[in-house]
Amino acid sequence: MIKVQREDFDYAGEVAALSEGNPGVGGVCAFSGLVRDMAGDSQIDSMTLEHYPGMTEKSLADIEAEAHRRWPLEKTLIIHRYGRLEPGDQIVLVAASSAHRDAAFDACRFLIDWLKTKAPFWKLEGSGDATQWVEAKESDNKSHDRWLTDKKKE
Amino acid sequence: MKVLYFSWVRDRTGVGKEEISLPENITTVEELAGWLKAKGDGYAAAFADLSLIRVAVNHEHVKLDHPIGADDEVAFFPPVTGG
Repeated sequence: MIKVQREDFDYAGEVAALSEGNPGVGGVCAFSGLVRDMAGDSQIDSMTLEHYPGMTEKSLADIEAEAHRRWPLEKTLIIHRYGRLEPGDQIVLVAASSAHRDAAFDACRFLIDWLKTKAPFWKLEGSGDATQWVEAKESDNKSHDRWLTDKKKE
Repeated sequence: MKVLYFSWVRDRTGVGKEEISLPENITTVEELAGWLKAKGDGYAAAFADLSLIRVAVNHEHVKLDHPIGADDEVAFFPPVTGG
């Protein structure tokens, strides 16, 4: 399931829903991303997320479908927020449920790694009156690329 | 053709979305970027270094040599930073 929304989400409730009513689920793995109060050496007091409506949903759905192709998953979830957030706020939640833990762990990591390099979101950090667009990190490309060679775990 | 700009690309062009009449001799994303560059100083600044720009055509990531047509939606933006 894909949700792109301005409002906050209930982490525990969303993760619980991945196994509710399905006794075939043996494990759920979840990752949530939060707004940090520091960007490098400087303090920030806001982070505003912009996205590309239409492409965002398609991109996340493609990533989710790819996870289901690679691993035997019961359910997956991607929630990504947009708009103005503050340090401590939740930005993103990805989660996967499966009969066994390996698929759940791998799929969860895959979902966030590919989301970071493919989904059309941009972060604008605010500090007082100053704002700055966050630059993409080379380490995120490496995290993406490892799933190009390190395919489905058996 | 619908053209969209995001993040600092939009900050520089000064517009987020516009309709343009695609000249017939413009057949790729790279040619479009070159044509847009001539629209004004903001556009010139936005497209000064194409190695910093990423592109989507009809909601799919594509390379600069990707072909385009009058009915396409083209978006220009910096590398994404979500998650």
